[in-house]
Amino acid sequence: MFQRLTDPSRKPVSFRFEGQEIEGAEGDTVAAALLAAGITSLKDAPASGSPRSPYCMMGVCFECLVEIDGAGHQQACLIPIREGMDVRRHLAVQNIGEAVAGDTQ
Amino acid sequence: MATDFIIIGGGLVGSALSHGLLKAGATVTILDEGDLAYRASRGNFGLVWVQSKGDGMPEYAQWSRESSDLWVDFARSLGEATGINVGHHRPGGLELCLEPEEYEAFETSIKRMHNQGGVGDNDRRMISGDEVRAMEPNVGPEVIGAAYCPHDGIVNPLLTLRALHRIAANAKADYRADHRVERIIPLGQGQNGGFRVVTQRGDFVAGKVILAAGNGSAALGADVGLDIPVGPERGHIIVTERTRPLFNHVLGQVRQTDEGTVMLGATKESVGFDTGFNPAMIRQVASNAVRKIPALKGLRMIRSWSALRIMSPDGFPVYQESDEHPGAYSISCHSGVTLAAAHAVSLAPRLLQPGFNDHYAAFSPRRFDVPKTD
Repeated sequence: MFQRLTDPSRKPVSFRFEGQEIEGAEGDTVAAALLAAGITSLKDAPASGSPRSPYCMMGVCFECLVEIDGAGHQQACLIPIREGMDVRRHLAVQNIGEAVAGDTQ
Repeated sequence: MATDFIIIGGGLVGSALSHGLLKAGATVTILDEGDLAYRASRGNFGLVWVQSKGDGMPEYAQWSRESSDLWVDFARSLGEATGINVGHHRPGGLELCLEPEEYEAFETSIKRMHNQGGVGDNDRRMISGDEVRAMEPNVGPEVIGAAYCPHDGIVNPLLTLRALHRIAANAKADYRADHRVERIIPLGQGQNGGFRVVTQRGDFVAGKVILAAGNGSAALGADVGLDIPVGPERGHIIVTERTRPLFNHVLGQVRQTDEGTVMLGATKESVGFDTGFNPAMIRQVASNAVRKIPALKGLRMIRSWSALRIMSPDGFPVYQESDEHPGAYSISCHSGVTLAAAHAVSLAPRLLQPGFNDHYAAFSPRRFDVPKTD
């Protein structure tokens, strides 16, 4: 879906997403590196459960939340990749609150 | 081009009125301000609220209940006309109490409204903490009870506003953003000559003029003999990240949107037209919310803002047609969301008929003209 502009001066940086090895370029944000690698959905919508993709890429829409090195609620579009980073799909809200029977909201 | 009506203010009140007037076949110009306006319609919480309305004015209790009922079809019709789902739900509402004083205040208010008579089917009642937790598993142990009303609901005010604006555009209303009104000039000798409305970007003429400019109406009223005693009351709102649906009912100060965002309110401050940010208020809102719903503690705060309510001295609406210049109306209220359906469906047609002040006598500002005792 996305094609990377070639820039040989940018060093490769490798990190993991859901255990899978991903190679990005120095200066990429987590969201940009994942999109470039063809991974488009980083989380599911908490209310509807539908898959969501990074949208605004500037810290506003919160559709790119991921877990990074064990810390939840991270905005993938604002955080540059680092060598060896462990990125996971955003699950943090699942432990919030009791189950509610009817989806009335 | 002269239109039948000029509506000053393109927020929820003005837009709802335009909807009703356009539906009745009237031509409408809407003069709105721009991004720097106070815009209560864009800063509010989004409750369609009945339970606390009208303590001291039974007509207002009835009016709020009428609007809550009208909202069901109104929301559906907005969706059908525009494809916008405005997110209206009416599952009933709970005002959670942490302190005995809060519980007693609600209890006293219920008794007082009952004794006032004429309130109609408000149906608010007190329930115990355990009853609340049976209805809402996420309510914490500190909550001692709640005021419950089956007619309370929510709607997305931003989508409502967008739907109303789209309907106005489709109906060829003349909508002008960035047209702050400077003054209103009654035309003709004496009465019924229409009005010229002066903006920084030109003049507009109409047979009738409606002041629906929120706190901005107060200063303009004098031009057409209207006394509009409203002023700003500041409230803060916190918005959290989205989470999965937590509630079966609407809570008065913790509202979850269809998308999962949790909005937290509500504070009251009299600070004039200052829309600044008071960290002490935010701490108070967050701490109360977490005491009521402990699960919220794990959620991150995303945004916060303050906005200005439109408050009359008793908190009730001010509706009137000018005696001095008939055809000039003030439609001012605090509850632009709750009353949007009533304004569009019920009130707007009255602007095309005689006898407006007789019909809305209870909402006249004459109620403030109490002789002073020395």
